Amino acid sequence: MWRSTIGKKTIVAVTGTILIAYLVLHMVGNLNSLFGPGGGEPRIDWYAEWLRTFGEPLIPYAGVVWAVRAILLGAIVVHIVAVVQLRTRNRAARPAEFPARRIGRSWEARLMMVSGVLLVAFIVFHLLQFTTLTIDVTPLEAGALYANLYNAFQEWYLVAIYLAALVFLGSHLRHAVWSLCQTLGLDSPERNAGIRMGANVLTLVIVLGFALVPILFFTGALGEPPADELSASLTTLGGGS
Amino acid sequence: MNFKLVIWRQHGPDEEGSFETHEVAGIDPDASFLEMLDQLNARLGREKRPSIAFDSDCREGICGACSLVIDGTPHGPQQVTSCQTYMRDFVDGATIKVEPYRSNVLPVIRDLVVDRSALDRVIEAGGFISTTTGPQPNPNAMPIAPKVQEQAMDAAVCIGCGACVAACPNGSAVLFTGAKVTHLNLLPQGQPEREDRAFNMVNQMDEEGFGGCTNFGECSRACPQEISLDVIGMLNREYRKGAAAQRPKHRSEMIAQ
Ligand code: HEM
Ligand code: SF4
Ligand code: FES
Repeated sequence: MWRSTIGKKTIVAVTGTILIAYLVLHMVGNLNSLFGPGGGEPRIDWYAEWLRTFGEPLIPYAGVVWAVRAILLGAIVVHIVAVVQLRTRNRAARPAEFPARRIGRSWEARLMMVSGVLLVAFIVFHLLQFTTLTIDVTPLEAGALYANLYNAFQEWYLVAIYLAALVFLGSHLRHAVWSLCQTLGLDSPERNAGIRMGANVLTLVIVLGFALVPILFFTGALGEPPADELSASLTTLGGGS
Repeated sequence: MNFKLVIWRQHGPDEEGSFETHEVAGIDPDASFLEMLDQLNARLGREKRPSIAFDSDCREGICGACSLVIDGTPHGPQQVTSCQTYMRDFVDGATIKVEPYRSNVLPVIRDLVVDRSALDRVIEAGGFISTTTGPQPNPNAMPIAPKVQEQAMDAAVCIGCGACVAACPNGSAVLFTGAKVTHLNLLPQGQPEREDRAFNMVNQMDEEGFGGCTNFGECSRACPQEISLDVIGMLNREYRKGAAAQRPKHRSEMIAQ
């Protein structure tokens, strides 16, 4: 499979599907923050803790989280390696001085590499900010998710970065979702309009779902974190520094 | 009608090429693009200058030989073969750019002529179909549902011109290969070798150096035979089945320990 162009493209489609499935779960999970500060114990904090204690004591603390992280890392590495190898092959098949005239290809399709690279850059930034708390411009506190989100999204430039990333994501997905159906051989003239529409709708739902969180924090629709967020996080999560 | 032609000239496969400008005058609007080039060549001959090499055979849109790129579009602006493109489709006095296909797998032999034998080798890799010879078979012995027949014939109309390769930013031949595989793999005659056919044709396609598909869809826009993009989906499916079928089919022996 890995050796042929079609096999490799199939692997791109399958790893892409894994990433999309995760994005949907992540987006739905994030919507927990819309429950607001929740009088002392914000639901998003509870949700994060639930994810980590999921399956205990059968599965060790944060076991599921780490398993998902491993799958995602594997999927994205394979996705990128396959895509870069295919791109190298494709470049070699045509004389570079004579690019094919554009008649039908969409902008999203042309920009897959660009949107992809920007997505990686954003993912790294995002992990450094909210997971490892390394990019700590608005004092971040381990375990105090709601407060962290609230504080971060009071800054216009952080909101702008997150919304910009959603534009790249939307651009990538609008082509990717339809494309993966074609790669997997699910498309046909009868289904094509429906699949195109489905790809647009799924893209829109994912992008809007993610966009809600920073927008609602920034506009003040989601209120201030509970005053005891910090101490609460220390006691309930037993962690923090 | 009068035109200014900007034409690619290249003496041989390994030579550098460049564009050359020629004026043609008094062209009949109902002349085909190739007839217009014939007139230009006749004049060049009279002037004892080397004629412009281009390919053609049937001149009725069925052989796929006339592989020009006109104004950046393989075959020309009308989504029909170059020989079926007429000068009335151009504005009088227009400047028209004429190039060979641009693909490293279909290299230029001379001027506008490219070597399309890589496409033949892909077909060859598909192999034969098993069939019984002898007395004429009973015409009703091999029923085919009309829908299947229609879909197979829609794919069978591919003339192997290679415009899809020339139109593809990745120089991919999946529309062509997909058309061939769809055609044979849907029909009852194509069933015995179904899996190997798709597997071998895709491997040959890769070996020739054609690029991979990124689902841009430029190929089917350029295709003079209106081959539908879903032949690529079919090719992908058939290739995966074929690859899976390459594993040994015989069950292995189970022994204790
Ligand atoms: C959030 C993460 C990502 C998701 C959900 C995702 C999803 C997808 C999907 C579903 C496809 C379509 C596969 C197909 O039709 O075969 C795809 C293709 C592609 N992805 Fe991603 N991807 C992600 C990240 C990336 C990254 C980080 C890169 C960058 C380098 C990238 C570059 C590409 C490229 C170049 C294609 C090929 C487009 C094509 O050949 O049609 N993607 N992606
Ligand atoms: S698929 Fe269309 S463009 Fe490609 S070789 Fe066949 S007829 Fe020509
Ligand atoms: S010369 Fe045969 S298709 Fe144009």
